[in-house]
Amino acid sequence: MPPRSNAVKELAKCPTGIAGLDEITNGGIPRGRPTLICGGPGCGKTLFGIEFLVRGVAQGEPGVFVAFEERPEELAQNVASLGFELEKLQKQKKLFVEYMHIERSEIDETGEYDLDALFFRLGDAIDTVGAKRIVLDTLETLFSGFSNEAILRAELRRLFRWLKDRGVTAIITAERGDGALTRQGLEEYVSDCVIVLDHRLSDQVATRRLRVVKYRGTAHGTNEYPFLIDKDGIDVLPITSIGLSHKASTERVTTGIADLDAMLAGGVYRGSTTLISGTAGAGKSSVSAHFAKAACERGERCVLFAYEESPQQIARNMKSIGVDLTGYMRNGLLQCIAARPTTFGLEMHLATIHKAIRQFSPKVLIIDPISNFLSIADPKEVKTMLMRLVDFLKMQQITAVFTSLTVGGKALESTEAGISSLIDTWLLLRDIELNGERNRAMYVLKSRGTAHSNQMREFVLSSRGVRLIEPYLGAEGVLTGSSRIAQEAKESAAAILRRDDTARKRRAIEQRTQAIEKQIAALRLEMSAEAEELERLTSEEKTRERKASADKTRMAISRKIIVQNAASGRRPRANQENATP
Amino acid sequence: MTRKTKPAGNDDESWNLRLYVVGQTPKSVAAIANLKKFCAEHLDDKYTIEIIDVAADPKIARRDQIVAIPTLVRKLPVPMRKIIGDLSNTDRVLVSFDMRPRS
Repeated sequence: MPPRSNAVKELAKCPTGIAGLDEITNGGIPRGRPTLICGGPGCGKTLFGIEFLVRGVAQGEPGVFVAFEERPEELAQNVASLGFELEKLQKQKKLFVEYMHIERSEIDETGEYDLDALFFRLGDAIDTVGAKRIVLDTLETLFSGFSNEAILRAELRRLFRWLKDRGVTAIITAERGDGALTRQGLEEYVSDCVIVLDHRLSDQVATRRLRVVKYRGTAHGTNEYPFLIDKDGIDVLPITSIGLSHKASTERVTTGIADLDAMLAGGVYRGSTTLISGTAGAGKSSVSAHFAKAACERGERCVLFAYEESPQQIARNMKSIGVDLTGYMRNGLLQCIAARPTTFGLEMHLATIHKAIRQFSPKVLIIDPISNFLSIADPKEVKTMLMRLVDFLKMQQITAVFTSLTVGGKALESTEAGISSLIDTWLLLRDIELNGERNRAMYVLKSRGTAHSNQMREFVLSSRGVRLIEPYLGAEGVLTGSSRIAQEAKESAAAILRRDDTARKRRAIEQRTQAIEKQIAALRLEMSAEAEELERLTSEEKTRERKASADKTRMAISRKIIVQNAASGRRPRANQENATP
Repeated sequence: MTRKTKPAGNDDESWNLRLYVVGQTPKSVAAIANLKKFCAEHLDDKYTIEIIDVAADPKIARRDQIVAIPTLVRKLPVPMRKIIGDLSNTDRVLVSFDMRPRS
């Protein structure tokens, strides 16, 4: 028995090699089975098929391209601009282009027939290059070539069975019908995998989208994924809201502005998203340029999407505020991708961003500004797109900085894109108009997981970069610019005056104190004079009394009336005393 | 006018017919038989028939852009015509070869 047990185990997959598609389909399209690619005209079906084959050749799987519509030469020309050299591959026997042309006008039908010749030709083509892959573009053309639909349908059924038996991985392209996936209902024959391509126009901007409608027996992304066709072929962007499972870094990265780092307790978290919103000319680009420079100084790659200025213009303008980016632009640390938002659709922008991330793997990504996306899509779409982008950036641990222009008259704390909930750190720049001046101020509206400053700082662009100045906060409110300087001057003048005044008062008091002290000294002198007088009087009095008593004694003696017996007591002593001298 | 129709081109021109078949499938066998009958009835002797087996040489089917089997290709007289099917309906063949006006 052939190894049929393999088929039971799990559906083998064939990597298409088309960027992004293999991620959506978890490994590619079903190996050895047909896959239906349907879509309207010009949505990239043929290119899808060609790229599938070209990538296959690179993976060592030769292929056959069956062209029902285009001549091989036309085909080769059409895809040459994408770098696919079909003729070279054909020469190397890696690719076989089978041109099947049915000219209805020269064919008539009579009686029974089948498509055996088609099978033989396909079989021969497959054998010639040993093909593992085959593309039938566009098989439905057969329906216009033959009038007997019953035969045709039976033959198609046989064809798909035959392809499976040959074990080739097939892609069948089909034009999308009204209300149905394909005009001729081919999906009933191809039941394993159906992919729809779409090219939608919204506000004059076209966007390509891809959706895996059906993939039997495997998990796959069911959303519509944008894709782009550029010089490298098809690029599908498996960007969707993958979920909130990203890890959170505790590492802080500097904003490039020391004062701002201080306000944010050291900077923003790695992998976080910072929004800088503000009115026109508030300095959003300048702040984001600091982010870029800081990243480059750390030796990290940074990619800057500029939707308003050209790289040269940015380099020149930022140099004027002391942020020299030219060196980093030259050595490749900083990549500047500038485009007008209206150049492509929203999805294309997302695609470009995604592609740049994949090719350049930056650590810091700056978009200046996101509000410009609103000129090409409605806010809801922009929000969805940014949500997908933010989720993707977080998964990649890329620190993102978005700027957003707030149109005058709107509330400052609203971004048009309504993305505040996606943002980790929101810096708000605003103008303060006062005394015929416009000055800039910045504050941190929010910063998740950060004890951030609540202060509003004056934001000054100098030739040495951005500085955040402590603003004047006083009775007259927040003052900035020259009124701050004037107020500060006024204050310092007042302080000097106050100082002088105090000194004068102190001197006066000192003088008064001295005067009082003098008075006190005079009074003391007076008092001591009085005391002396008093003492003198007292002593005089005593002297007088003593003298009087002595006189009395003397007089008594002289009168001989001293009473001898009146001795006890004082008299005799007094007498003794008096007698002693 | 006789019952026998005339070829559309120059009377002297010889018809060059190729019939693409696959091996001995019933449709192929029927087509060969029907073609021989048709030629004998309508083309006097001014024709050549080349029967090509696609199974034996698939590459040759590319030359005339053959997809269906059986396919009869009238290389000459110009314009080239292709008739697919087993040629069981002779009237259709006549119309197709402009030997009878299309109704």
